[in-house]
Amino acid sequence: MADITVHVIDREGVQHDLEAPIDMGLNMMELCKASDLPVEGTCGGMALCASCHMYVESAHLEQMPEKSEDEEDMLDEAFFVEDNSRLGCQIKLADLHDGLVVRLAAVG
Amino acid sequence: MIQTDIIIIGAGPCGLFTVFEAGLLKLRCHLIDALPQAGGQCSEIYPKKPIYDIPAYPEVLAGDLIEKLMEQIAPFKPGFTLGERAEFIEKDAEGQFIVKTSHGTAHRAPVIAIAGGLGCFEPRKPPVEGLADFEGHGVEYIIKEPDIYKGKRVVISGGGDSALDWALYLANGVAEEVTLVHRRDSFRAHPDSVQKVLDLAAAGGMRLMTHAEVIGVNGGSDGALAELTIKHKKEGASQLEVDHWIPLFGLSPKLGPIGAWNLNISKNAVEVDTFDYQTNVPGIYAIGDINTYPGKLKLILCGFHEATLMVQSAFKRIHPDKSNVLKYTTVNGVNAF
Ligand SMILES: Cc1cc2nc3c(=O)[nH]c(=O)nc-3n(C[C@H](O)[C@H](O)[C@H](O)COP(=O)(O)OP(=O)(O)OC[C@H]3O[C@@H](n4cnc5c(N)ncnc54)[C@H](O)[C@@H]3O)c2cc1C
Repeated sequence: MADITVHVIDREGVQHDLEAPIDMGLNMMELCKASDLPVEGTCGGMALCASCHMYVESAHLEQMPEKSEDEEDMLDEAFFVEDNSRLGCQIKLADLHDGLVVRLAAVG
Repeated sequence: MIQTDIIIIGAGPCGLFTVFEAGLLKLRCHLIDALPQAGGQCSEIYPKKPIYDIPAYPEVLAGDLIEKLMEQIAPFKPGFTLGERAEFIEKDAEGQFIVKTSHGTAHRAPVIAIAGGLGCFEPRKPPVEGLADFEGHGVEYIIKEPDIYKGKRVVISGGGDSALDWALYLANGVAEEVTLVHRRDSFRAHPDSVQKVLDLAAAGGMRLMTHAEVIGVNGGSDGALAELTIKHKKEGASQLEVDHWIPLFGLSPKLGPIGAWNLNISKNAVEVDTFDYQTNVPGIYAIGDINTYPGKLKLILCGFHEATLMVQSAFKRIHPDKSNVLKYTTVNGVNAF
């Protein structure tokens, strides 16, 4: 299985192009952490904290499943939430995410 | 002054288990935690989630694990200072440590165990420009004295239980005007409170702004908060004159005062020697999620192990002339204080 490439724009506006394996069950929060990007991921990926809030900037947003109630609830504790806001931990990386662009949200 | 053998900063699972291992060596402990309850992350973030990697518990709810730990350490009568943050550490003339809290409570002991986890749980602060200037001058993240809102115009942000409960409380004859600002029109709070808020807003007793968010703060000539800029999802932005803004977005852990105690820190964690989990300051140990060393894993199991080895070293420090022989708990049982 080939890796995919995703693009993460950090809070300084710098874009990081990351190669991501798709056979390891990684999500975007984990990928960012593993790449030393400033994402806390306090709860480990259960949509129990809001520390991996990011914006999906590419058309991939339309193909993503609807936010779960847990994810919506946790986004209430995030700031500057927009229609394209997601918790990174709820984006499980797969083939269809090749070329994904996300921007890290501001943290409190 | 509270005198003990080991001051434990942080009452998460690792701090709690330290009391047990210390108790077996007849060392007394006192725990300090910024939260009003014991249990650290287990109680604050995921009390209802099952944990599967605690030895001999195929499955245990995080909240139940804490309850069991409290039961296990009860015979050793630990002291608790809860709802206060350990702020300062100093050494007195006799070489004992004095730990003072945010509330001025002083504790004295020959040994400190920092079990601070990911840090102090503190209110999440909106990343709004200039906000810090108004902290204590109209912006509060925790409601300590509801009386200060008497006759005032108050805006509360958030959609959880604390936001709704306080909005209802303040709208009930306390504040002159209460506005609840929330990013969407559903709330994760208790359905009963949600209904009360909707009813009160419909009756004109409270202003409800949904699909909205506070994005700006402005002060008056006295330097206190005077105006908020509120962004509406559909209709652009508006200004609202206020006396107080209370953003209630939950808690998140921050390293906090631990960073100012002259300890070697790397990536928000305290460096320790794996021989006994001592920091670079002799007599100050660090265990659980707060420490780091080559191969560190932030797991409860590992923190328990660290606590066990740490108290052996603490014992030698406190009683340099005594030797301690390992005794199984099965031999003598647990001898309470
Ligand atoms: C959602 C989630 C799921 C998890 N699942 C597992 C799992 O399945 N298995 C597992 O082993 N681990 C799991 N963990 C990790 C586990 O919870 C932590 O390893 C554990 O809580 C660490 O315990 P601790 O005692 O070191 O610190 P914490 O539990 O973080 O407690 C530290 C306490 O110290 C207090 N504190 C910090 N600084 C100060 C100060 N200056 N003054 C006063 N108080 C202070 C804090 O308020 C806090 O209460 C999970 C964590 C989360 C969030």
